[in-house]
Amino acid sequence: MKFPFNRDTRRRWIDLTMSIAAFVCVVIAIIPLGSILIEASIRGLQSLSPAVLTSTTGQGGIGNAIQGTLILILLSALVSLPVGILTGIYLAEFGKNRLGAAVRFFVEVMTQIPSMVVGIFVYSLVLELGLIGLGSPRLVFSTISGVLALSTIMVPFVARTSEEALRLVSIAVRESALALGIPRYRTILRVVVPSASSALVTGSLLGIARVAGETAPLLVTAFGNNDWFRGVDQPIESLPHTIYIWATGPYVAQNQAAWGVSLVLVLMMLGLSIASRVVIRLRSVSR
Amino acid sequence: MALKLHVESLSAWYGEKLAIQDITMDVEDHMVTAVIGPSGCGKSTLIRCLNRMHETIPKARVEGKVLLQGEDIYAASPVSVRRRIGMVFQKANPFPTMSIYDNVAAGLRLNGVRNRDELDKAVLESLKQAALWDEVKDSLDKSGASLSGGQQQRLCIARALAVKPEVLLMDEPCSALDPIATAKIEDLIFDLKKDFTLVVVTHNMQQAARVSETTAFMYLGKLIEVNNTRELFERPREALTESYITGRFG
Amino acid sequence: MHFFRWTRGVGRGVSADTLGESLFRWFSTLVALGVVGVLVLIATLLFFEAEASIRVFGWSFLGGTVWNPQPPLLFGALPFVYGTLVTSALALLFGVPISLGIAIFLSELAPSWIRIPLTYVVELLAAVPSVVYGLWGIFVLAPVMRTSIEPFIQGIFGFLPIFQGTPIGLDKLSAGVILAIMIIPTISSVSREAFLAVPDSQREAALSLGATRWETTRLAVLRYARAGLFGAIILGLGRAVGETMAVTMTIGNKNVISVSLFDQGQTIASWIANNFTEAETPLELSAFIELGLVLMLMSLIINIFARLMVARVLRQGEGAA
Ligand SMILES: Nc1ncnc2c1ncn2[C@@H]1O[C@H](COP(=O)(O)OP(=O)(O)OP(=O)(O)O)[C@@H](O)[C@H]1O
Ligand SMILES: [Mg+2]
Repeated sequence: MKFPFNRDTRRRWIDLTMSIAAFVCVVIAIIPLGSILIEASIRGLQSLSPAVLTSTTGQGGIGNAIQGTLILILLSALVSLPVGILTGIYLAEFGKNRLGAAVRFFVEVMTQIPSMVVGIFVYSLVLELGLIGLGSPRLVFSTISGVLALSTIMVPFVARTSEEALRLVSIAVRESALALGIPRYRTILRVVVPSASSALVTGSLLGIARVAGETAPLLVTAFGNNDWFRGVDQPIESLPHTIYIWATGPYVAQNQAAWGVSLVLVLMMLGLSIASRVVIRLRSVSR
Repeated sequence: MALKLHVESLSAWYGEKLAIQDITMDVEDHMVTAVIGPSGCGKSTLIRCLNRMHETIPKARVEGKVLLQGEDIYAASPVSVRRRIGMVFQKANPFPTMSIYDNVAAGLRLNGVRNRDELDKAVLESLKQAALWDEVKDSLDKSGASLSGGQQQRLCIARALAVKPEVLLMDEPCSALDPIATAKIEDLIFDLKKDFTLVVVTHNMQQAARVSETTAFMYLGKLIEVNNTRELFERPREALTESYITGRFG
Repeated sequence: MHFFRWTRGVGRGVSADTLGESLFRWFSTLVALGVVGVLVLIATLLFFEAEASIRVFGWSFLGGTVWNPQPPLLFGALPFVYGTLVTSALALLFGVPISLGIAIFLSELAPSWIRIPLTYVVELLAAVPSVVYGLWGIFVLAPVMRTSIEPFIQGIFGFLPIFQGTPIGLDKLSAGVILAIMIIPTISSVSREAFLAVPDSQREAALSLGATRWETTRLAVLRYARAGLFGAIILGLGRAVGETMAVTMTIGNKNVISVSLFDQGQTIASWIANNFTEAETPLELSAFIELGLVLMLMSLIINIFARLMVARVLRQGEGAA
């Protein structure tokens, strides 16, 4: 039986068709991304001005929302990064037993809790603590509970990325330090963590990006505020919250302005995402 | 004796790295050609160029000609080339999610054979040719991964034979096997040359001497010598070949 | 491990080091356990808060169709569970084929020079905040759905009950489309990982039989990675079930159980987002929290299932490599 070359035209057509179909899938996925970026740029730029960026949402600006988002991110990072990274260290360095496996599993589960559920958890927690005299029920709608909610989302995320970052540090690096007689905890803190630093920074940036766009938990915790930041025990405005309120509001002008806020938020997120890439790139170049 | 494959000025690269250089050789029809040489000398690269598997590696590149009965395989479609020139790899790679039967039938199904009788016949014949039939005839619907290493390798041979290639390339088909399984494959190679042309890469010079009519010796990406197997082992023309086959080598 | 124990005794200041060592070890262990403790706290607290509602309504909470904050107090979750299931199913229906196509293209079929940039662009989809998808859904997607796509579908399949009623654009179909877009990066990146775990020897086996690129994908890659793909899809489902803002903004927010996809609806998450802070009685608050508990259990079950599937395939991949 002889098969001449180039007989399989039908199969080659199928091959080509499937390649094109798969490529079309990529295009379909990119269309919304492109559309969002274009719409946010076109509609958003019109509604952004120095005055908008420096006045409060009460005055039709978004200055307080930017301020609020920065405060929320900063405070959440202050809480979450140490806790998350330490958990990551535990998982990577001490977690090679059954307890470690269990912790890893539950941390992973925590990264998947719907953010809305985290919101009502923090709401209930602060409320109950207030009722038994720790704090006050009033704190339910405050910066503090907003930070608690965002941290609950961020900690497991940072823990997972830190663990992965630390695991990438080669055994040779550890052993060379240990061989010098440096005790293990100092090896971890002085050698392993620094050599994983850029991956840890990447993970932290992604963790920040993960919560910077969160809205749902803030609806029932940070709540929103039309004025500038007035203390951690007060409700606080944030960019995603402003977008939500303005997008679903009845006024066309507000709807329009929501695009401006989105532009600011999306640029922030893209910035974080690109920054995290650059950090990785830097590391691989320096190696 | 008929010429099956003609290789002319063949060079191949991995990115910038030149792996084989300016190789010219012939492969006779219904013969076993062995390729020997020290590790890293380019044996695998050479035979992977013979059915255009080399170019499936990112950044890999080939220059030169390979003629299959006068037709340049680099001018045809790689799919139809591989259809005519099959390959068995160093490590057995059956499809683990398919049954033994489906493994063997996979190539035929690709070529549009749907008829159950035709498939049954081809599977039976290929498994017999691969000397595996007696061991698996009662478990054709078991997973291909459930077999032993040597059986898996013979399954891969049966899978390659089922599409009735003209040439079968084997890259160290026995290197992962024990002596008994190796002996089975060697017997098989001997039988197969009735119907096919074989090119076998091997590390093992005794094996080359046992199974092949022609042997090619490669060193550092170059073809040093190709000759009748007995000639090559008894009266090597090149000093390099001699020091390699006598074991006086780096 | 033994290596570390051995070195521990060697340096100077052995006792201080031993103390530092065990302090550090215990401290990090405590922090890690604390993090897990939060999970336990979430589960117990939600359960505790939902207890009143569970006691009053029992299983009928899940089957109840009305949410009546005025006496007679009556709270049922069915419309929200229904909305969640329908929109998630739509998200999978649209999202899975596209995500698989993307993963196949990026890992198997694309020329190598465009793989990395395209992978990065697809991952950027995950960087867009949910609320921005919602905004886009309201002002870009919904008008297109209302004026073109839904009338078009209705023109052809209008006889089907799921495509009846006046197209409004802010409905279950739009919410499903938005969700599909949002789960694409999840499913495609996990699928890509599953494809990367397929050993090249499998691809070579198919190629050497004379398979085309696509046939290789179908024969060697898709089959080998199928458990991982399943895991990826389930992970995407988990994401869709828990997603809040974009759905809240596009689903129309109406507590009804209607067959037509052109009709509004409500999901668990959207209902909580819209009305949680307006709960009027302790029992209603408790019912909201029970709703949250239901949502959490749904997504946990889905995710644990998916993790197990993905872990299985990764182990398989390592074993074969
Ligand atoms: N995928 C690859 N990328 C880059 N270089 C490669 C690759 N595969 C092989 N090489 C290089 O090409 C040269 C020839 O390799 P090849 O695998 O053909 O040797 P071989 O003779 O088959 O060796 P062995 O007996 O160990 O199998 C080697 O120097 C090797 O380092
Ligand atoms: Mg080799």
